[in-house]
Amino acid sequence: MNLSLKPAAAEGETLVDLATTPLRELNGALHKLAADTNQTLWKIANPAGRHAIAAGLDVPVTVEIDGPVGYYCAGMNKQARVIVHGNAGVGVGENMMSGFIHVKGDASQAAGATAHGGLLIIDGNASARCGISMKGIDIVVKGSVGHMSAFMAQAGTLTVLGDAGEALGDSLYEAKLFVRGSVASLGADCIEKEMREEHRALLAAKLEAAGLLGEVDMSEFRRYGSARTLYHFHVDNVSSY
Amino acid sequence: MTDHSHTPRTTPRSSATFDDYTLSEIRRAAATGIYDIRGGGAKRRVPHFDDLLFLGASMSRYPLEGYREKCSTEVVLGTRFARKPIELKIPITIAGMSFGSLSANAKEALGRGASAMGTSTTTGDGGMTNEERGHSTQLVYQYLPSRYGMNPDDLKRADAIEVVVGQGAKPGGGGMLLGQKITERVASMRTLPVGIDQRSACRHPDWTGPDDLEIKIEELREITDWEKPIYVKVGAARPYYDTALAVKSGADVVVVDGMQGGTAATQEIFIEHVGIPTLAAVRQAVKALQDLGMHRKVQLVVSGGIRNGADVAKALALGADAVAIGTAALVALGDNDPHYAAEYEALGTRPGAYDDWHEGRDPAGITTQDPELMKRLDPVAAGRRLANYLAVLTLECQTIARACGKSHVHNLEPEDLVALTIEAAAMANVPLAGTDWIPGRNGGF
Repeated sequence: MNLSLKPAAAEGETLVDLATTPLRELNGALHKLAADTNQTLWKIANPAGRHAIAAGLDVPVTVEIDGPVGYYCAGMNKQARVIVHGNAGVGVGENMMSGFIHVKGDASQAAGATAHGGLLIIDGNASARCGISMKGIDIVVKGSVGHMSAFMAQAGTLTVLGDAGEALGDSLYEAKLFVRGSVASLGADCIEKEMREEHRALLAAKLEAAGLLGEVDMSEFRRYGSARTLYHFHVDNVSSY
Repeated sequence: MTDHSHTPRTTPRSSATFDDYTLSEIRRAAATGIYDIRGGGAKRRVPHFDDLLFLGASMSRYPLEGYREKCSTEVVLGTRFARKPIELKIPITIAGMSFGSLSANAKEALGRGASAMGTSTTTGDGGMTNEERGHSTQLVYQYLPSRYGMNPDDLKRADAIEVVVGQGAKPGGGGMLLGQKITERVASMRTLPVGIDQRSACRHPDWTGPDDLEIKIEELREITDWEKPIYVKVGAARPYYDTALAVKSGADVVVVDGMQGGTAATQEIFIEHVGIPTLAAVRQAVKALQDLGMHRKVQLVVSGGIRNGADVAKALALGADAVAIGTAALVALGDNDPHYAAEYEALGTRPGAYDDWHEGRDPAGITTQDPELMKRLDPVAAGRRLANYLAVLTLECQTIARACGKSHVHNLEPEDLVALTIEAAAMANVPLAGTDWIPGRNGGF
């Protein structure tokens, strides 16, 4: 490996300073890791908002990024744990398949967009279109989400401890939305639904995965989902589009 | 009482404005309350490659011997940034058509036929199937707004990536695939409930313009270690600016799809009234590349209504590096075949006019997910037909190129062309036949 790396601080730990190491070198090294690598902890310094940091991972390693990241951090992640000690730009964890991403600051637009699996936790707020077209990912936002979140969301869960912006869940398919705070407005075909026992169990599982079980009052959450009236085009529904 | 029995009767005449088709559409709309949704591309006549002619060689040009002198056809796509460009033996590729829209057998047949001729196929909205990957030696993976079936494993086993921004049949539009084709397998690949109407998104969910696209392309390159060419496909609407912005965004290849390009399912009114003809798009796209100093550095693929080797040669002469075929490939596989005339009639149509591909009842077994209909298409035989057709397109293109004195089809140039109509002359920026007049030459582009 030809990385401009600092000596390992501890066994299995690799330090990368993006102020001196090109991003291509870092991502190339991460992509070459074998599934049974002993380089299981990667610490990235000076990300400085660079785009596509740790994109395309497919190994069960942990990548800790010390600072803000740009667009598409950990895009299409599989298996890896990626922790961002800072804010994240557009599309963090876009199209994630599995694994775990934790943004310890705020996230910009389209967090977790089109993602098929895994868990994305955002400690702060997420901007517009959080979980847009999500296809199975679980997203937990401790703050609030912006407008058009979960637009055309197909599967998975979006749990928001704060408030949701306008047009939540517009044109929703089978994704499940839980919001503790206020919802500015619901999008087309998105309705509030009864919170039954199985939904409380589902919510509890997501909160537990995010380390929040017992820290928030689950009774404060309301559930939103698809009314399914737009699943088949009918002229009588045309005003909904 | 007057006797009218011998009075001549005026022959009944339909209105040119309210012709039979228009009247039937008004009645259909009144009965259903919904616009007509269909597949295919524009059906009305628009200025096309037929409006151009090659000059061929006489005294002032020197032709090549048709059956003896070599005329090369290979093309390399993705020479700008990709470490592993696509090397095709012929300048004709298969356009993106999704599994789901097409049957698995049809996708396999496309792979077989294209691979036999050394060219590529392209996935579609439904993602990549093992059948398709297994039979396409070179496979372009489409990265679409819907991201149905998108996953990084398939991204990595693709040979190139095509970021689809728009389609010629519907620039700016999404799709509507009726629930009949959303079978369990299709639904599973697209993470949708079985049997619902599928609404495809019209825009990418996580980027909003060319500046964002540049960063998205960077992400795709990073994930695939800068190996694979990145294509950007646009529906022909403002091809000069769209091509320029695709280049600015970092595309290795720009695909411009004219309004005759097909679609799985969208509104008839959209197909016929949005976008511009392929002929009108080519020169603008080429000019954008030339103005940026990127012609032949960023390759241009043109699609939308390509039918024969003359169309291929004309697109290349106008500056394209390759063409892509969709509808023609389906016909080569066997779609709209007169063999099924009775069944087409039972569906209220006829061979050559069938376009309700989204309903999943295709008698040819190509645009369907019905297991019984699918069996009708033998992927080996259909693949052979496609290979034959691609071979003919290539031979025809070579024949024309040799007649123009070219030892490679890419040596064809606008100077080899004239136009039959003022419209075509203006669009293609070539002289009207028999004159040296190019409309607008001294009056703007």
